[in-house]
Amino acid sequence: MEEKEHEALFRPLEETGRRFYLFIAFLLVVIGWGVFAYFRQLRLGLGITGLNRPIFWGVYITNFVFFIGLSHAGTLISAILRILGAEWRRPFTRLAEAVTVFSLPFGAGSILIDLGRIDRLLEVALHPRFQSPILWDVAAVSTYLISSVVFFYIALIPDVAMLRDRYPRASAWRRRLYQVLALGWKGTEAQYRRLESVMGWFAIFLSLLVVTVHTVVSWIFGMTIVPGWHTAIIGPYFLVGAIFSGVAAVGVVAAVLRGVLGLQRYITPRHFNYLGQFLAALAIAWFYFTFAEVLTTIYGSEPAHMAVFFAKFREEFSWAFFSMFFFCFLLPLPILAWRRTRTIFGVVVAGLSINLGMWLERYTVIVPSLSRPRLPYEWGLYTPTWIEWSITAACVAGFILLYTLFAKLFPVVAIWELKEEVPELSDALERKTTEALSP
Amino acid sequence: MPRWAMVIDLDKCIGCQSCTAACRAENNVPFVGPEQAELGRAIFWNEVLFHIEGEFPHVKASIIPRPCFHCENPPCVKVCPVGATYRREEDGLVLQRYERCIGCRYCTVACPYGARYFRWYDGEWPDGVDRYQNPDVPLRPKGIVEKCTFCVHRLDEGLPIPACNQACPTGARFFGDLDDPASEVSQLARSPRASRLLEDLGTEPRVFYLKEGA
Repeated sequence: MEEKEHEALFRPLEETGRRFYLFIAFLLVVIGWGVFAYFRQLRLGLGITGLNRPIFWGVYITNFVFFIGLSHAGTLISAILRILGAEWRRPFTRLAEAVTVFSLPFGAGSILIDLGRIDRLLEVALHPRFQSPILWDVAAVSTYLISSVVFFYIALIPDVAMLRDRYPRASAWRRRLYQVLALGWKGTEAQYRRLESVMGWFAIFLSLLVVTVHTVVSWIFGMTIVPGWHTAIIGPYFLVGAIFSGVAAVGVVAAVLRGVLGLQRYITPRHFNYLGQFLAALAIAWFYFTFAEVLTTIYGSEPAHMAVFFAKFREEFSWAFFSMFFFCFLLPLPILAWRRTRTIFGVVVAGLSINLGMWLERYTVIVPSLSRPRLPYEWGLYTPTWIEWSITAACVAGFILLYTLFAKLFPVVAIWELKEEVPELSDALERKTTEALSP
Repeated sequence: MPRWAMVIDLDKCIGCQSCTAACRAENNVPFVGPEQAELGRAIFWNEVLFHIEGEFPHVKASIIPRPCFHCENPPCVKVCPVGATYRREEDGLVLQRYERCIGCRYCTVACPYGARYFRWYDGEWPDGVDRYQNPDVPLRPKGIVEKCTFCVHRLDEGLPIPACNQACPTGARFFGDLDDPASEVSQLARSPRASRLLEDLGTEPRVFYLKEGA
């Protein structure tokens, strides 16, 4: 059936070159170094980070918000496009969802890395206090993790069954993996109908959850009375930033997979064109929120809030603030707004820039506020140490490793969803768009 | 039960930091050394804060000793995910369950007064000093948050005077029951000189300061 036609999608599962092993080895070295750094931190205490009083939160909490944000696009793109019935999503959804599934563990993990007493984690289950926004987060993030993994997995089942039948002579563990994950899928029409219906409901649920999760993440900050955090805008601001960095990451990942795995036929310049347009709109939305927040702060001129503002605008954090602005807005917007630069390469450049910028945004939300407490007595400078950078690098490498292993074991394009529509994909898309726009 | 409160007369405070030293000895507050202190890792359950404006000799200096304020409406208790920091029902003291704290530092971030301290390292006890640890106060491990308890171990033993108050050479600190209208603290707390830090935040601290030069 479809299998022959999509031979290219199986190639990464069948051929493994030396470069693959070298790449994995490299990632493992980075992760190993990060694990070493973490064990050092466990043994000696958080004193070996650059944290202090009053800057109690730094790079780890930045990573927490960043990775949760990164996870926001995959599911959102996939779920919303499914709800809208956009046909061009078909070759695209799985690789986007994988960004969600593989970045979330590092978001949740970063908060664990930040804990002074990870050995007492069970206390959160034994003595939970739902008054604390941390508990809201535990609830929201774990719901999101479980739901997006399930959403991702059920869409994988038909393809896993295909792999099970295709590779009867694969290595034992791999056969067993496909066997178990396929859940005895037979591919009957009733099964497909049930799958589509579950996916449809899940898509609605997940779209709502995306809003909840990142808003709740922001409320960890927003619910306190810390100057710069205690604003009503922080929820939507975080959400827009999360979708912004997530969509940018999907663009980068899609371009890399397209090049490395040879998916030119499936992931087309048209996909990048749409992603680029979406990103340009998000950049403008992000600017709007940033502008609204800054102007409100300046106009009100409350001293405690102005101290934080000046820390970002012209004191020790100005490098982070202005590079954030450059990487989130000034650099990517022209690239994405201009049709001639809204190419695959353009989306990659803009995507990397946006993610760097959004990491800096998280950093400038968290650290400057802590550095300017309301009482003018305690001051702290924060310089992250090699421990924090090593663990951060390990988180990024971990994300890439999980993704790489996934791409080695499963097709990154949902083959069963393609059916026979691929060759005419672009035309079909064009048609749908024209139909939608015509009266 | 009494509603414990403290009054600090800033006219009488000479900034000698006897309170800090007494508190350190009483509550087994560990040393961190000058290098770590420079990095902002020093722990003072009772810290004497200096704020100096202007240039010598035309300076305006203010000195404020700051214990935990044991707020009626404590922002730190609100955010704790496990109830490691809590308000004791009977007398409203804000206390810490050291054995339960997971070290997330949400309370240290939420406290607008900077009264909470994180244990970045295991405590350091210079040679011989460990012999003078107070057996009435538990030693705390690294990775948790700790802070002033109003010397709760003394209060519970029927000794209603924290170590800082006892050590103050000028008698600048008063301690007592705010619910007893005849007590010294409740009278001083009602004086026109009395005010509390960042009162507009609605935290209702139970440490009152008597203004200087009034």
